[in-house]
Amino acid sequence: MLQSAGSDLGRRRVVVTGMGMVTPLGLGTEHVWKRLIAGESGIDRIHSFDPSELAAHVAGEVPEGPTAEGKLTVSDWIPVKDQKKMDRFIHLGMIAAAEAVEDSGWKPESEEDRCATGVMIGSGIGGLQTIYEASITVYEGRAKRLSPFFIPSALTNLVSGNVSIRYGFKGPNHSAVTACATGVHAIGDAARLIMFGDADVMVAGGAEATVCKLGIAGFCSARALSTSFNETPQKASRPWDRDRDGFVMGEGAGIVVLEEYEHAKARGARIYGEIVGYGMSGDAHHITAPAEGHEGAYRAMNSALRSAGVTPAEVGYVNAHGTSTMADDLELVAVERLFGEDAGKLAMSSTKSAIGHLLGAAGAVEAMFSLLAIRDNVVPPTLNLDNPSRESAIDRVAHHAQQRNVNVALSNSFGFGGTNASIVVRGV
Amino acid sequence: MSEIADKVKKIVVEHLGVEESKVTPEASFIDDLGADSLDTVELVMAFEEAFNVEIPEDAAEKIATVKDAIDYIEAQKAA
Repeated sequence: MLQSAGSDLGRRRVVVTGMGMVTPLGLGTEHVWKRLIAGESGIDRIHSFDPSELAAHVAGEVPEGPTAEGKLTVSDWIPVKDQKKMDRFIHLGMIAAAEAVEDSGWKPESEEDRCATGVMIGSGIGGLQTIYEASITVYEGRAKRLSPFFIPSALTNLVSGNVSIRYGFKGPNHSAVTACATGVHAIGDAARLIMFGDADVMVAGGAEATVCKLGIAGFCSARALSTSFNETPQKASRPWDRDRDGFVMGEGAGIVVLEEYEHAKARGARIYGEIVGYGMSGDAHHITAPAEGHEGAYRAMNSALRSAGVTPAEVGYVNAHGTSTMADDLELVAVERLFGEDAGKLAMSSTKSAIGHLLGAAGAVEAMFSLLAIRDNVVPPTLNLDNPSRESAIDRVAHHAQQRNVNVALSNSFGFGGTNASIVVRGV
Repeated sequence: MSEIADKVKKIVVEHLGVEESKVTPEASFIDDLGADSLDTVELVMAFEEAFNVEIPEDAAEKIATVKDAIDYIEAQKAA
């Protein structure tokens, strides 16, 4: 039952009771996690269009194939007639949400329970390919032939909308849009809605599908993508390595089911961990480049730890934003500053080395990896970290996963526009 | 069945994802075939494209069943 905000304000605890993910390593949280820990890569030459006229030829695309093999067959999840009403980012979001909701076992039947269950799934960009195709239709003088589903297919908040319709979740229906920080903002804000009493359960996360010509061309123009490893795609995403030359775009979705702790306990739900801290900041510096010393990242992390009431010494793992760009070392410096003498005990990795940068879905998928690191006491590797451009006391888990005792983990996401978000999770 | 009726039926099956047997002349797009208002807009566009006809808004609003669509298109083609 929904408790009114009042004396409970700030004391409602929020736990994760369901997870779902679609990534370049495939479909299904456990499948993806197993491959990630094994050091596999989901990066390859772009298949969905011919990239040869662009500078970047590699990306992390969700593998197509039989559902039973952890690959993507959209029609197993979304009826053919409905597919054309949704951009691919909505397909991927719906599929990850289906896994997360099923995994949580939460099937609200009563009106009261449905109204206490909300959705907060964002996207960094939304339906870019849909907008591209619709623009061509209009350009060709066929504006009257534009699909009536164009707008709802492209709108960024329509994963939330479609998920709420499919499952009858009638609580808050919201969406975060903060570029590459979207996933963390969605989960953090959704957790606060539960803490504040607006909902008891929130389905939260991010979805992105911008491995399309317009998306790749746009980031190419911004000189943000890796272009030196077109012949060796699996080497292209190499956070902190001296030969890194830009990020590798990935596509996918990450969705969690967040739930008020007593609510989850009362129904005997399996609990992956608790969202204990959340911090945000703005750089007020530049549209794409981080501020000096990544001081905005430092403040976001610091604020997340403060809200969690944990000290740096308690944090065993950091899932870095680590995009394989020049900014990697700035984040490293900010983490070193935050952890001080405890840096030497810390493990920090960038899972973007294996799946690329899922933009608005990245933070959600990476928060789940952080929870799984706690569950299994294993930290995932940073692939391709052959020669760090900067030495550090922090163990960046080069090449191979490590057994580590982790009870608290922190996950970072930073986006264009100088937006920074960090989330702290703990085992329960 | 006329060629037009056949083609209309095919378009309805394809766009609404329904069984061919349900697409009877009397079937209403919204009440019987599960379409919503946006589906019907798209359907009318598909008819326009397939038959190379213009279906103005006020005429489109009166097309509620499969037969309505067939009749309208046949009348346009005969004119």
